[in-house]
Amino acid sequence: MPERVSMPKQPVEARRRNFDEVAQGLTAAQAAAEARRCLQCKNRPCTTGCPVEVDIPGFVRLVAAGDPIAAARLIKEKNALPAICGRVCPQETQCEAACVLGKKGKPLAIGYLERYAADCERAATREGPAVSARPDGPQVAVIGSGPAGLTCAADLARGGCRVTIFEILHAPGGVLRYGIPEFRLPKAIVDEEIRYVESLGVEIKLNAGIGQLYSLPELFSLGYEAVFIGTGAGLPHFLGIPGENLNGVYSANEFLTRTNLMKAYLFPEYGTPIKVGRRGAVVGAGNVAMDAARTALRLGAEEVTIVYRRSRAEMPARAEEIENAEEEGVRFRLLTNPVRVLGEDGWVTGLECLRMELGAPDASGRRRPVPVPGSEFVVPAETVVVAIGQGPNPVLTRGVQGLALNDRGYIIADAETGATSLPRVYAGGDIVTGSATVIAAMGAGKKAARAILRELKR
Amino acid sequence: MPLIVEQRILAPRVSWLRVAAPEVAAKAEPGQFVMVRLDEKAERIPLTIVEADREEGTIVLVIQEVGRSTADLVRLRAGDTIRDLLGPLGRPTEIERVGTVVCVGGGIGVAPILPQARRHREVGNRVLGIIGAQTKELLILEEEMRAGCERLLVTTDDGSYGRKGLVTDALAELLAEEQAIASVTAIGPVPMMQAVAELTRPYGIKTIVSLNPIMVDGSGMCGSCRVTVAGATKFACVDGPEFDGHAVDFVELRRRQSFYREEERRAVAAAGEGCRCRNA
Repeated sequence: MPERVSMPKQPVEARRRNFDEVAQGLTAAQAAAEARRCLQCKNRPCTTGCPVEVDIPGFVRLVAAGDPIAAARLIKEKNALPAICGRVCPQETQCEAACVLGKKGKPLAIGYLERYAADCERAATREGPAVSARPDGPQVAVIGSGPAGLTCAADLARGGCRVTIFEILHAPGGVLRYGIPEFRLPKAIVDEEIRYVESLGVEIKLNAGIGQLYSLPELFSLGYEAVFIGTGAGLPHFLGIPGENLNGVYSANEFLTRTNLMKAYLFPEYGTPIKVGRRGAVVGAGNVAMDAARTALRLGAEEVTIVYRRSRAEMPARAEEIENAEEEGVRFRLLTNPVRVLGEDGWVTGLECLRMELGAPDASGRRRPVPVPGSEFVVPAETVVVAIGQGPNPVLTRGVQGLALNDRGYIIADAETGATSLPRVYAGGDIVTGSATVIAAMGAGKKAARAILRELKR
Repeated sequence: MPLIVEQRILAPRVSWLRVAAPEVAAKAEPGQFVMVRLDEKAERIPLTIVEADREEGTIVLVIQEVGRSTADLVRLRAGDTIRDLLGPLGRPTEIERVGTVVCVGGGIGVAPILPQARRHREVGNRVLGIIGAQTKELLILEEEMRAGCERLLVTTDDGSYGRKGLVTDALAELLAEEQAIASVTAIGPVPMMQAVAELTRPYGIKTIVSLNPIMVDGSGMCGSCRVTVAGATKFACVDGPEFDGHAVDFVELRRRQSFYREEERRAVAAAGEGCRCRNA
C-alpha cells in the first residue's frame, strides 16, 4: 500500500512573513494516487463521520478516475462549501478517523481530496449546475451568513424556498470572513463558494443587524414563514484579570477581524490599523489562538508565545495547526496561567503568569490544572491576544419573548432539528453549542433546513 | 448603496450629511449610532444618528475631520454614496418625563445632543441647553438647539461669541441657580464629559455621557470599545454608548482612544503623499 500523500506547503521562512496560503494543494498525479488508496468499503464508515453527509467513497472514486469536476459536483449535492471544508474541517476526528486504512497505516487524505476536487471545479467553471429557488416558494429568513447560515440557506433553496440571509457585517461568511486568516483560507475561495450559494437563488442582505433593524417577530410580519438563527458566538471572553484593558491587549476576535475582514495588514492602503509589538503573547491553545499567533508573526512580531494553562495533550487546536505554528517559530508556554497583564504608562509590557501542574480530572474529563504556589514569572510582550473563546451576543435575543436560552445565554435548540421554543424559529451552530467547528455548524444548518422544509410542507 | 441627498458645511472641517437610509430611519432612536464604511478600503467608523426622518427615509450624520477616514467623509457631497451603513446600533437613550433636564454639547458633541434635547422636549421636560466651542466659527447647530431648548447658554473658549469660558463654567452657574435638575446629559470630548461628571457629582444629579471609544464592527463582536464602568468591563457598542458619567473610568477611556495615534498620523501622511488610489 502506498504512503498517504503529504500536503505541499510554502517554505517556512517565506510563509511566516506573508499572508499567502500555506497549504498549496495536491497535484493531479498526487490526488489520483491518493484517491486510489481508497478501499471503497461496502459499509462506508467514513460517511458516518461526516456531519454534512458527503458521499465520500463516491467522490473519491471520481477523483481516482481522473474526473475531479464530477467529484466536486457530487460533493456539492450535500455540501455547498467543499473548498472551505477541504481546508478547515478537522477531518482527523471525523471522516478520516473512521477510515479503515487508518487501522494499520494512515487514513485516506479525504480532506485534501475534497479540496482538490473543489479547486479543480472552481478553476474550470464559474457557474455550477445551479438550481434556482422557486419564485412562488415559501420565504425563509436566515440570520447570519457563517457556515451554519450558508449551509441552511443552500439546502432550503434547493428545497424550493426563497431564502434571504441577513448579515450584520459588510461582507458575508461570518467566521470564514473575519476569523480564519487568509493564509489558511483565502478569501477569494470564500467569495467563490458564497457566490455558488447565491447561484442557488439565495439573497444575501448585508449590513442588516437583526435584533435592531428588524426584531425576530417582525421577520414573520415581513412575510418570512420560518427563521433560522445562525449568528455564531459573537461576544469575546476576556480573562477577567487586572490590566486587561491596557493598550495592546486584543481579543482574538478584534485582532483577527482587523486583519482578515478589514485587511489591516495592508495599512495604510487600507484604512484600518493594527499594532503589533516586537513580542506577542497569545492566551489560549485552540485553532483561533494558533491563527492569532501566526498572524502576529506575519504582522512583524519577532517572538510569539502561546500561553496555555493545561498541557499539550489538552490543546484544543488541530494537530496540523499546532505543527504549522511550531514550524513557523511560535513558542509554547504550557501549564502556564496568566494572572495579571503588566503595563507601563498604560501600555502592555508583559503577562505575569503562574506555573501549573495537572491534578485530578475536572468536569470536562481533562486533568484540572492547579497553580504551583510561588511560581510567578513574566512573559514579556508588547501585544497580548486573548483567545479563550466567545459567548453569545445578546443583541438578537434581547427582548424576544419566549425564546428559551440556557444559563449561559445560548439558544436551546433540538439537536436533530434545530427547533427552538418558538414556532418556526430554528437555530444552529455556535449560538446553540458555544464555540465549535465550521463543520459542526454546517451540520446543524443542514439538519435545520431539513426540518424547516418538512414543517413548511405540512 | 446609501445616497447622500443633502450636504452642508457647519464649520471648517465639519460636515452635515442627510443620507437616504429608510430602514435605519424607521428604527433609529436618540442615542443610537451607525457604522459607516465609505469604500472598499475604508475603516468602519461609528457616527451618532443626529436626526431620523421616518417619512422621508433619511438620517442625518455630522462628521468632524480628525483623521484620514473622517477627512474622506467630510469631502462627500450630495449625490455621492456611502458603501456600507449599518444601524441602528447601541441602546437608545431612556428619556422620560422627569422635569428639568440639562443637555450639554461640546464641539462636535452638539450634533448628538440635539436629538436628545428634542426628545426631552417632546416628552414634556423643561430643557436647559449648554453648547460650546473653541471659537465662534466652530460652533454648530446653535439655531436648532435654541429651538429645542427652553433656555440655551452658549460659550466659546476664546470669548469670540457667547460667554467666554467652557461649557462647564456655564453648567456650574446653572447648578447654582436651578433647584431641581433631574438629569444632565453631556456629549463632547472626553475631558469635557469627565469635567461635567465631576461638577455634578457633589450634587448627586444623574449624569449621562455618550462614549466614543474605538470600534471595529460595532456589533459586540470584537471588544475594542471596552470601557470600565463601576469597575466592570462594558462594551460601548452593545451595552452603551451611554453610561452613568459618575461611574466611567475616563482616564482609561482617554488612554484607549490614543492607541492608534501614531498610525493615524501615518494614514494622514500616506494620504497626503497622493496615495489616493481608492478615489481613483
